[in-house]
Amino acid sequence: MKDNYIVQAWLVILLSLCFGGALAGVQIALSQRIAANKLAETMGQIPRLVPGAERAASREEEVAGQRVYRAFSGGEQIGWVIPCGGQGFADRIELLVGVDVEVEKVTGVYVLEQKETPGLGNKIVEEGWRSQFVGKTAMGGLTVTKTGARTDSEIDAVTGATISSESVCQIANQVLGKMRGDLIAAAGKE
Amino acid sequence: MTEATGAQTPEAAVVAPRREGPTAGERFINGILPENPIYRQLLGMCPTLAVTNGMQAAMTMAGGVLFVLVCANILVSLIRNLLKPHLRILVFTLSIATFVTIVDRFLAAYMYEMSKQLGPYVPLIIVNCLIISRCEVCASKQSVSTAIADAVGQSLGFALGLASIAGVREILGSGSFFGIRVLPAVWPDWVIMVLPPGAFITLGLLMGLVNWYSARRKGQRG
Repeated sequence: MKDNYIVQAWLVILLSLCFGGALAGVQIALSQRIAANKLAETMGQIPRLVPGAERAASREEEVAGQRVYRAFSGGEQIGWVIPCGGQGFADRIELLVGVDVEVEKVTGVYVLEQKETPGLGNKIVEEGWRSQFVGKTAMGGLTVTKTGARTDSEIDAVTGATISSESVCQIANQVLGKMRGDLIAAAGKE
Repeated sequence: MTEATGAQTPEAAVVAPRREGPTAGERFINGILPENPIYRQLLGMCPTLAVTNGMQAAMTMAGGVLFVLVCANILVSLIRNLLKPHLRILVFTLSIATFVTIVDRFLAAYMYEMSKQLGPYVPLIIVNCLIISRCEVCASKQSVSTAIADAVGQSLGFALGLASIAGVREILGSGSFFGIRVLPAVWPDWVIMVLPPGAFITLGLLMGLVNWYSARRKGQRG
């Protein structure tokens, strides 16, 4: 009986059950707060991503299976904020992309999550770099340049972090290309 | 290296069974400087190199390690007489992983910004050898009070090590300390100090300094 491996492992089994229960408790206690933190960050960014939008009037909904946020100003919809993500240089990059209601111009880009190289790629989170997306085309086809952006589809790369810069453009292009038609259709239905 | 023999005390205790290893006070003091986890035992190098580009991140990491180490040491010490030799490492890892997950969720709930900044390095506390080594060396052999003193001492030593590296890196690399600008604006921030090479350079130089100083002190005494 003593050689039975289940008998030998009784302590491990008991501890696993206790720990599992404890972690479930922690998860139940904190999950709402964690989800609220993420939502608060997103909502807090909406006025910056769609200039003029009121935070309180903006709301979350689903368009064509994708979570998006309608940005309102004075009861009138003035834009969209689209959460999206994709592979960066080091790990997944999560973005919020703000566009006008006709989905013609980008009105702002915010990096929700990234693990890019500190000192190089992580400069994509800086306001100075992100602000150049404002007024660029939302038709897709944003490209990265190293020789100074001239057209409304060119973005200057972060020095030493071309791949991170390109990733941000690609993620934005992809989600805009996919969602453009649906968003324009959904805007009319409001 | 007299310190090296100090670290082997548990083995020495086997030879002389009367002695139950260092007392709580000795454990506490040893953890801070004589057996400093970073400069003496070279344990926990992953967070030492990865999260020391700023004081805030480094001190959050040190706080997380303090919580996990104290909890793991208490638990392991309480159940030390029930442990089976071939299953003990499994029990250590299981306990550590649980407490680390609690820290990770807690940071995400109450220190969201910091949690985002530390990213994967919080879950990686699970594989911090400092913690499992304290469970093995101290908590699984000694009383709860000694285990707590050991955990706090080692965590303070770890925090001290992190702070020394993070302080140098943040001041030289960002010109600030705890996020507050301390160097004049003309200081050209040495970006390399914030980047991974800066961690290796700083750790190497500081470790050399510590060794040089202790060798000199030993020479004076002898």
